[in-house]
Amino acid sequence: MPVQYYIYLALALFSIGIIGVLTRRNAIIVFMCVELMLNAVNLLLVAFSKVHYGAAYLTNKTTDAGIDGQLFVFFIMVVAAAEVSVGLAIIVMLFRNTRSVDINFLNRLKN
Amino acid sequence: MNAIIISALMGVLLMFTSIATKNKQVINNIALVALLFLLICNIADTYNWWSIKVDTKNMFVFTKFGYFFNSIAIATTLVFVALSGNDIIKIGNYAAEYFVLIFFVLCGIAILSSFNNLLMMFLGIEIMSIPLYILTGADKKNLKSNEAALKYFLMGSFSTGILLMGIALLYGTNGSFDIQQVMPSQELIKHAPLLEVIGLVLIFSAMLFKISAAPFHFWAPDVYDGSPSVFSSFMMTIVKAAGFIALINLFFYKAESLAHLWRILLFVVIITTLVIGNITAVFQQSVKRMMAYSSIAQAGFMLFALYATNDTAKEGILFYAAAYSLATIGIFAVLARMDDYTLEGYNGLAKTQPMLAFVNAVCLLSLAGIPLTAGFFAKYYMLAAVIKTGSTIGIVLTIIGVLFAAVSAYYYFRVIQAMYFKEGNSKVDNVTPSFKYALLVLAVLVIFFGISPDTLISWFYF
Repeated sequence: MPVQYYIYLALALFSIGIIGVLTRRNAIIVFMCVELMLNAVNLLLVAFSKVHYGAAYLTNKTTDAGIDGQLFVFFIMVVAAAEVSVGLAIIVMLFRNTRSVDINFLNRLKN
Repeated sequence: MNAIIISALMGVLLMFTSIATKNKQVINNIALVALLFLLICNIADTYNWWSIKVDTKNMFVFTKFGYFFNSIAIATTLVFVALSGNDIIKIGNYAAEYFVLIFFVLCGIAILSSFNNLLMMFLGIEIMSIPLYILTGADKKNLKSNEAALKYFLMGSFSTGILLMGIALLYGTNGSFDIQQVMPSQELIKHAPLLEVIGLVLIFSAMLFKISAAPFHFWAPDVYDGSPSVFSSFMMTIVKAAGFIALINLFFYKAESLAHLWRILLFVVIITTLVIGNITAVFQQSVKRMMAYSSIAQAGFMLFALYATNDTAKEGILFYAAAYSLATIGIFAVLARMDDYTLEGYNGLAKTQPMLAFVNAVCLLSLAGIPLTAGFFAKYYMLAAVIKTGSTIGIVLTIIGVLFAAVSAYYYFRVIQAMYFKEGNSKVDNVTPSFKYALLVLAVLVIFFGISPDTLISWFYF
């Protein structure tokens, strides 16, 4: 399958994530959209990694090109997990104090 | 490598300290000693006296510049903890964790000052940011702190997503995460694939998020205003400077080859940052919020270094980081103990606490860039670096920069006016003699660097 399909899919997921972050009002859903952005990047990295491997394989059968892309994905997953743990804690803290997870609450500081 | 490993180790060590002792003052002192140790280790690393050797497979490149910035960051953190340690331990029930998180932030900063690989840059930014989300929300019962934490967290992870997308696109076109290979040279940028250009722009905008430059500044005033005063001072100074160092590591050497495109982009960013930061700061009634906007304006000045990309700029950004951090830490050390953050709250501070008012005035003058303070030479180096590039846009930029420095003098002097020339009885809580002397040392440092900036700069070359 050509790599373009993967790029389009990843960009579509990424755009859905961005639009979600900018338009949704529920903190948890905004948070999920951020995760969607990260996962779109993961998909893209794996696809590119495969492309680079395929290109290098034509000249060298024992190449390890493209491995760093897949390694990066693991790091993104780990960091995303760390972010989730902190983020959910913050959202729970907010919920305890206000009984809501609505982003509109965030306008209060402006005054 | 010392700074990276030992700061993380110290963090873990401090975490266990809180099991051993419940005495907050003891924990504060241990943190101070640990910071001093970290500083010594980093200096030992700089001059090759003693260092931990790790084969990083070319993922890190340790330069004098990076080491020196680490020293500045650790030293200013030391000053920060020495001045505001008592406010840090008052925020929550358990004191140790805040110091632990500060050490982890320093670990991230050490990575950011020496990375040579986009993977390490990403990890550095995350190691720096995630503890900050927690520190922002440290005041758990305070709604403003909650709100700031959520906002900072959502905006921060959003910008992380954008940064990662940029990295992925660069990887797609280059097949490597190595900075030397990824950053395009001049021939490449003319025929660079669209994906690569988009990737560079995405990474650049994500970094602008982190240093709170316009048009990605909108989270900054709310977050700096909402988080506990001690931590907003930490975030505004050391962390922001680290963002600049990361940008310089990333773009500095290749910027020359991208010059025309790069400089026009930066020109727009600098002008909008200066306009938004300075003009909005004029209308603020709360000093804390005014400082938040002023930090955006100062970020605009620090961006001059990126515009110029020469050796003067490199010296200048280090000096600016030190001067700006010291001054802001001084102002916030006083602000954190004030009853009232608004301008009225500062009325008559010179009568009730002459020493605090004096130090505050010195720091504010430094931020405004008045001669005989460190801030003057910081701004001077920035403008000199831009003039050295010799382009017409550079001259225009310098003139605009000077004009906005004049605007900034207005809102800094308003605080000085409130302290010295207005009647009122402003209250400052628990001012101990040691706090006063520490503040005085800070003021002396600010003035000393203003009289002989060479003492700091020349370290860079030894």
